[in-house]
Amino acid sequence: MKKVYSRPKSLKRNPFHYCPGCGHSVIHRLIAEVIDEMDLQDKAIGIPPPGCSVFAHHYFDVDMAESAHGREAAVATGIKRAFPEAFVFTYQGDGDLAAIGTAETIHAANRGEKMTAIFINNAVYGMTGGQMAPTTLSSMKTTTTPYGRDVEIEGYPIKISEMLALTRGAVYIERTAVNSPANIRKTKKAIRKAFQSQLDNLGFSLVEILSPCPTNWRMEPLESWRWIDEVMAVEFPLGVIKDVTGSKDAD
Amino acid sequence: MSGNSIIGEAAIRAGCQCYFGYPITPQNELTEYMAAHLGRRKGCSFVQAESELAAINMVYGASLVGARTMTSSSSPGISLKQEGISYLAASQLPAVIVNMSRGGPGLGSISAAQSDYFQATRGGGHGDYRTIVLAPSSGQELADFTHRAFELADKYQIPVIILGDGMLGQMMEPVEFKHEAPEKPPVRSNALRGAKGRPSRAITTFTSKPTELEEINWSLFRRYQLIQRRETTYEAFMAEDAKLMVVAFGVAARIAKGAIKNVQAEGLKVGMLRPITLWPFPSAQVTSLSNKVKQFLVFEMNMGQMIEDVQLALTGNGDVSFYGRPGGVIPTPSEVAKVISRIYYQKGLK
Repeated sequence: MKKVYSRPKSLKRNPFHYCPGCGHSVIHRLIAEVIDEMDLQDKAIGIPPPGCSVFAHHYFDVDMAESAHGREAAVATGIKRAFPEAFVFTYQGDGDLAAIGTAETIHAANRGEKMTAIFINNAVYGMTGGQMAPTTLSSMKTTTTPYGRDVEIEGYPIKISEMLALTRGAVYIERTAVNSPANIRKTKKAIRKAFQSQLDNLGFSLVEILSPCPTNWRMEPLESWRWIDEVMAVEFPLGVIKDVTGSKDAD
Repeated sequence: MSGNSIIGEAAIRAGCQCYFGYPITPQNELTEYMAAHLGRRKGCSFVQAESELAAINMVYGASLVGARTMTSSSSPGISLKQEGISYLAASQLPAVIVNMSRGGPGLGSISAAQSDYFQATRGGGHGDYRTIVLAPSSGQELADFTHRAFELADKYQIPVIILGDGMLGQMMEPVEFKHEAPEKPPVRSNALRGAKGRPSRAITTFTSKPTELEEINWSLFRRYQLIQRRETTYEAFMAEDAKLMVVAFGVAARIAKGAIKNVQAEGLKVGMLRPITLWPFPSAQVTSLSNKVKQFLVFEMNMGQMIEDVQLALTGNGDVSFYGRPGGVIPTPSEVAKVISRIYYQKGLK
């Protein structure tokens, strides 16, 4: 019988600990599939964040090193400068990349570091219990915006990918989602393209993935999938935000 | 060469492959030296980071993949680096961190001070850890200790701090470099460079099991004990028949030497113990000194920090006076000589 689906080589045989309906396990799998297909398992170094995915090294069967909160892009910079042959991806949440790590991320992008950031946007701080993130939507209730995010007081959901696209060193930035089979396929394609731009030494690449967090959103998994389409993707439109991989100087 | 440039040249000769820095006075000549001389070496890298936080985390990244790596700053910047130093200590990664310290707290002054002693010798960041702390007091020692710092960092897989100050950094002194830069920067053997031909590995510091972390704390502690036994260094100066021992480190020790020569000429029997490793502190040497000498004068360019280590080592078995000038004030040898004489006579040693 023909085998059409199996565990990627770059994923360990450990069951995911993530909540039902969480996007992390799907995204982990997509990254592992791309690592396999591009034959990167023995040169990859992954940098997971503190947060729900702090145990990503339990799942990815590649070298991994933990980073302090928000410093992944700086750690990746150190790795690539010392050992340019490495293939480096960071795995970061919205609080991590768009709040505490804003400076590190923007400057790594601006220097055109040859690295890829996988940016999980679920609009909340997940592991700490669902506090407001920089990407929390207007009027959205979280544990630190119990009456809904008031943009007059708490500011607006930040579009960090669009900001990063303004840096000359960023060559590929796309926003996708993992809330439907079609979007999951598009996400995999985006990861592949981002990884390729690093292998081609073109510069900084990032894939922002709108990812459901049913637990902290207080929703059923299916409801959370719909919410991404109906609410989140309105504020954070899906699609390619920047792609100069064809001609790096095109910007 | 200026003290800051000496460190840069010595680091390159010690095989430093990557330097990550952020401007702050009074250590900028070191960052500039690395920009001019390290960045263009084959296989080497210089990055001016966007912050001290970024710089120390770049150090962490370069150390992960086995490079000899360094960052430098001055007091306020070193406070920012503490996050990364704690992670380096927890991950058991070697790195060299230079603090050409200045007056504090806060933005403080840009003049030389020793007010970061506590921060350097007690770990500095969060968690239960130590770093080796070397305190040079001359241009030659800046060169020698920089080399030693890289060797110690690799040997014990630990961050090493060179605690200088603004005066050492700016001072021009002749120096002899005892090592040639390696053709190719060395790569540590246990580095994380991709799972080629071996199972994948993870370098992590987080665990959900307290007993696992407790075991890591114990293993770090055992290594620290080994370092205490093997690497404690100090200088004894005119200590033979001294009735009063000055205890001072770094540039303060250099000022004190001048003062001691002055008072010796007047017939006062004064010597000095200069801790070279501030951690591990030469406690055993202080303790054994107290069998012969009962009067101690701790002199620091701060409000009294190392004095606590001296008192701990003496456990009451000796009389300790203190003289300190904080804030970036640099006392003269004759000022310190007056203090020594006053204490000498007050305590009835003559």
